[in-house]
Amino acid sequence: MGVDIRIEHLTKSFGKQLIWGDVTLTVPAGEICVMLGPSGTGKSVLLKTLIGLLKPDAGSVVIEGTDICSCSEKDLYEIRKLFGVLFQDGAMFGSMNLYDNVAFPLREHTRKSESEIRNIVMEKMDLVGLIGAEDKLPGEISGGMRKRAGLARALVLDPEIVLFDEPDSGLDPVRTAFLNQLIVDLNAQIDATFLIVTHDINTARTVPDNIGLLYHKHLAMFGPREMLLSSEEPVVRQFLNAQRVGPIGMSEEKDADQLAAEKDMDLPPLPPIAMQLEPSNGIPRRSQRAPGEWCRLNGITPPPGSFQPDSVLAGGARA
Amino acid sequence: MSSLTAARALKPVGTVGNFFAFGLDVARGLFQRPFQFREFIQQAWFIASVTIIPTALVAIPFGAVIALQVGGLIKQFGAQSFVGSASVLAVVREAGPIATALLIAGAGGSAIAADLGARKIREELDAMMVLGIDPIQRLVVPRVLACMLVSVFLNGLVSVVGVAGGYVFNVLLQGGTPGSYLASFTALAQLPDVWQGLAKALVFGMIAAIVAAYMGMNAGGGPKGVGDAVNQSVVVTFMLLFVVNFVMSAIYFQLVPSKTG
Repeated sequence: MGVDIRIEHLTKSFGKQLIWGDVTLTVPAGEICVMLGPSGTGKSVLLKTLIGLLKPDAGSVVIEGTDICSCSEKDLYEIRKLFGVLFQDGAMFGSMNLYDNVAFPLREHTRKSESEIRNIVMEKMDLVGLIGAEDKLPGEISGGMRKRAGLARALVLDPEIVLFDEPDSGLDPVRTAFLNQLIVDLNAQIDATFLIVTHDINTARTVPDNIGLLYHKHLAMFGPREMLLSSEEPVVRQFLNAQRVGPIGMSEEKDADQLAAEKDMDLPPLPPIAMQLEPSNGIPRRSQRAPGEWCRLNGITPPPGSFQPDSVLAGGARA
Repeated sequence: MSSLTAARALKPVGTVGNFFAFGLDVARGLFQRPFQFREFIQQAWFIASVTIIPTALVAIPFGAVIALQVGGLIKQFGAQSFVGSASVLAVVREAGPIATALLIAGAGGSAIAADLGARKIREELDAMMVLGIDPIQRLVVPRVLACMLVSVFLNGLVSVVGVAGGYVFNVLLQGGTPGSYLASFTALAQLPDVWQGLAKALVFGMIAAIVAAYMGMNAGGGPKGVGDAVNQSVVVTFMLLFVVNFVMSAIYFQLVPSKTG
């Protein structure tokens, strides 16, 4: 059913340079969350901290009652079995073919027979559309295929939490749309907790239930998708709508002159909020909320034209 | 500012500490089950395949050069009958372990550092840890053991090829007699010389593999980082091996008295 990740007052710095400080949020069980942020704000560092590959300077990450920042190495290896992680380039083992790569966690951690392993591996390969490529080496296939193979390997132990490190970087728009659809379908199927780190706006607007934004060494905002998409907060608004006007500059922050020059510029109106991507079989996910529900409950008027099924930004998959 | 300089000055100490901690992790991984037998065999085969031919090719001139040096020197002393013995002594005691060390560090160690470094920057090691598998136990321990095994065999190879090379050089080119070369073998050399050569090779193999694995696993910053790691691992291993070789020789001479002809 998925488990939640409770992150409290997490702080990390490399040497004297603070990456982010006092990050507190709870990734709700079974929901899809996206963590956004300009390049270099430590999104991947956050992901690596969540799986205990990096130790934070302060704070805690509690999963099923275990704080993975302070638990023993042995407990850490145990808790990691709950995770499936898709790394940026798939991180396939270069010396093994795709089949052995996907079978690797099963062979290491379970006592299943080779025929059982074969069934599970083939099922996952089918899920990501890689049937027929089992005998290929990771060096022989495209980046998109490596990512999908990495996803198959991440799913093979039936994880409760799946982390995606930029699933859409380096993929063409069509493959990104397919991958996004796959993520939504998977969530509907296995009900695990999904956390996606990305800076692809389209993914962020259409896939998740919740969005978080890391900016300027802290968590600027974390909440339901509609809350951030209808937010007037300058940073959130600038980032989610890919605009130049706003506090984010080319090098992290804008200086005072630039901000003063922009003072009188009006931000363009918020674009309509697109429909959320739905599972391809049409059965809603357990954690899915009705379009516009959050806005109604909180008395916010969504931008005009929101929640139209034919909205331009609807990810293309349902058009 | 002062704290910054202090931190910078103490950095090598931290690196050495990390290295020893890594060595302890490897020692602990040695006893963790299941032992990765397949990986061990594959690595032993791989290291052997990249080192055997260069080692043999290095050993022949090594033996010849010793025969040349020692032969000339010994002729001046008027002790030609000891040429065989002296060259055996030099090859088995010093040349064998040193040539092994050079090859294990240069060919085996650099391959290990490059392999693990590439895995590190491709996030394979992270992926492995996330899959709940300790890369030290899974990858490093079999490599260290394989390196130790292969360097023991290489040491034997260098000894045999070196002595044979010395024989050919002495008998065919320097006009020595085969009989005196062979007969004097045991005049100065003794069995403990072989044991200490093997012990040295074992330790050298271990040091080379651990240094290479440490450098590889701490590679950073993309492909250049891997190149740097390989480079550093070879340089550091060379320095360590020569120092350790000296120390082990010194201890050996204290423990085992030299045979007097």
